[in-house]
Amino acid sequence: MGLEEKIPDSIALTTLEKMVGWARKRSMWPLGFGLACCAIEMMSTFMSHYDLARFGMEVMRPSPRQADLMIVSGRVSTKMAPVLKRLYDQMPNPKWVIAMGACASCGGVFNNYAIVQGVDRVVPVDMYIPGCPPRPEQLIEGILKLHAKVEKERLFERKETKSKK
Amino acid sequence: MNLNMGPQHPATHGVLRVELELDGETVVKATPHVGYLHTGIEKTAESKLYYKVIPMTDRMDYLAPMSNNLGYCLAVEKLLGIEVPEKVEFARVCLTELTRVKSHLVWVGTHAMDIGALSMSLYGFRERESIIDVYEAVSGQRMMSTYFRIGGLAKELPDDFDRLVRKAVKDVRGGLVDYERLLNDNMIFRGRTINVAKISAEDAINFGLTGPILRGSGINYDIRKTNPYSGYEKFDFEVPLGRNGDVYDRFLVRCEEMKQSLRIVEQALDGMPEGPYRAHVPGVVLPPKEDVLSKMESLIFHFKIITEGFKPPRGAVYQAIEAPKGELGFYISSDGSTRPHRMRVRPPSFVNLSALPKLVEGGLVADVIAAIGSIDIVLGEVDR
Amino acid sequence: MEEKLRHFFESNFKDAVVREDFFRDQLSFYVRKEYLFDICEALLNDEALGFKFLSDICALDWLGDAEERDGRFEVVYNFFSLKHKYRFFVKVRLDGDKPEIDSITSLWQTANWLEREVYDLMGVMFTGHPDLRKIMTPDDLEGHPHRKDFPLTYEMPQFSHNKNEPPEVIK
Repeated sequence: MGLEEKIPDSIALTTLEKMVGWARKRSMWPLGFGLACCAIEMMSTFMSHYDLARFGMEVMRPSPRQADLMIVSGRVSTKMAPVLKRLYDQMPNPKWVIAMGACASCGGVFNNYAIVQGVDRVVPVDMYIPGCPPRPEQLIEGILKLHAKVEKERLFERKETKSKK
Repeated sequence: MNLNMGPQHPATHGVLRVELELDGETVVKATPHVGYLHTGIEKTAESKLYYKVIPMTDRMDYLAPMSNNLGYCLAVEKLLGIEVPEKVEFARVCLTELTRVKSHLVWVGTHAMDIGALSMSLYGFRERESIIDVYEAVSGQRMMSTYFRIGGLAKELPDDFDRLVRKAVKDVRGGLVDYERLLNDNMIFRGRTINVAKISAEDAINFGLTGPILRGSGINYDIRKTNPYSGYEKFDFEVPLGRNGDVYDRFLVRCEEMKQSLRIVEQALDGMPEGPYRAHVPGVVLPPKEDVLSKMESLIFHFKIITEGFKPPRGAVYQAIEAPKGELGFYISSDGSTRPHRMRVRPPSFVNLSALPKLVEGGLVADVIAAIGSIDIVLGEVDR
Repeated sequence: MEEKLRHFFESNFKDAVVREDFFRDQLSFYVRKEYLFDICEALLNDEALGFKFLSDICALDWLGDAEERDGRFEVVYNFFSLKHKYRFFVKVRLDGDKPEIDSITSLWQTANWLEREVYDLMGVMFTGHPDLRKIMTPDDLEGHPHRKDFPLTYEMPQFSHNKNEPPEVIK
């Protein structure tokens, strides 16, 4: 009795938010932004031993206009920070940032005049992955946690991201 | 027309910016701009004790971390005037040659991918995984191992070292056969690399180039043969030389170097002697852990070395090694205190990159990518 | 080989050498800065010795040390001979107020970028260099980082003391 009996079997019901979240997490395209040592581990993760293409991140777009995920892998120097901000501004919404490695999260091993102590002083970060460099398994776990976060995001109340430079 | 190959580019292997002035498709002028990864390692090393600098040297040329460790440890040992036991020399040679193979595998993968053979990167990284297994068994880390110490090794070699290294050698040899079949006589690869980015022998010496670029132009300068270090005079290997000095010759030189390195690794494994894994120099080299836990003076030495450090004599030394990229040199100047007064790294990639305008001017835009790949730069070393 | 070098310096540049140093089998000559370009030219053109390879140019800062009385900055030139497989050093002391020295870019092309790096990080001016500008540090950084009076700019880590707010710096 009720609505369930009147609807035929071939229609699936869901909310718009859930569908958009499901689609967003299944095919995130990363921007190829390798800076230093962590970039080599990121490249290893994309290759055949620890395949990242099985999570939908097959292509690594070189242009920021076509990417939605920026994986900052490596140390960010003070000369590179304005370039990073510009690339982040060129990416279309919705966009996410992963700070991979100790140098991108907090400055890492280097605490001096030349390295920005954490990339979150330049762009807002969604996921921090520690390690120097993090193993490919750690990177995959970080990406899966980000996927879980994206799937549950509300569609119209997306946080206004402010960054400080 | 001015074209900017910006810091973020899929083919520049890091953050390198090249400003090109074009006239149609030909390059009139090329200016590389570096410094986007400057880390201040040399300045930071002046505020740390001598053995604390070793992890920082790992992160300079991050594709061949054990070579950097070897250069630094040899330089400090020369400054102090200590000798290491024979087993340490054999183990160091074995691991450094595996590092050379590892670095060249990444190079061949990314270089061939830039030129067009997109699946070569997958093959290069696949063979690299067996060498990474050796690193992990020896030190616990996949890339930045920090395994060499001043006066010896960090800890004893593991029991399955022999088995893992032989498996890695077998895997890489099989892979090299495939790469040769795929690339050496390939029409597209030859068409994009023969007679491209040539440099003559006199120009190469004047520009100070070292490593496979110099050997690709025909000059026989390999530091392992001219000024041997760490026991290299006991091993039997050949140095490949090129003829024309173009990109194809450098590719062949590096592939042949990989095979010679595997020969050295097998000789080191077959002849590995027994013995201590550290020199016995009280006051400078850490004593083994069993002694620290049982004898009093070892405990005191351990405590003093870790908290205070040792004081080398005043003076300055220079030690050069043959890294996969060229001549890597460490100039360490000491003023008698526990911290180095100045640690200068002579970076091979920095000096090799300064010859890029000469290689590229007069050629086509697509040849710039092939030239940058054949110089084999690592931006961590260029900018330190 | 050391005898040949000593003979070379004594016969041509007797009043240029201040002193000689032989530490851990490495020979180095301290010369006066006015004679540097002539010494380098003579080394390049001498066929018997064969020093055609310039490996490295590096600079040291002796501020606060006993060696400062000879000159605050020291520039080290590293020469290698492919013929005899021998390496030696030529060192020059400069004073701290106005460190200037001739550039040897016209003899060796290696010196182009190496001298730019020494200028950027230590502040030594090279007269006659075709294009002396910054290479490593960003354009808005003033000062020369490798000098001893430039601070390391070490940032103390911010502890959160078990409170759940982000530290002051990021807010």
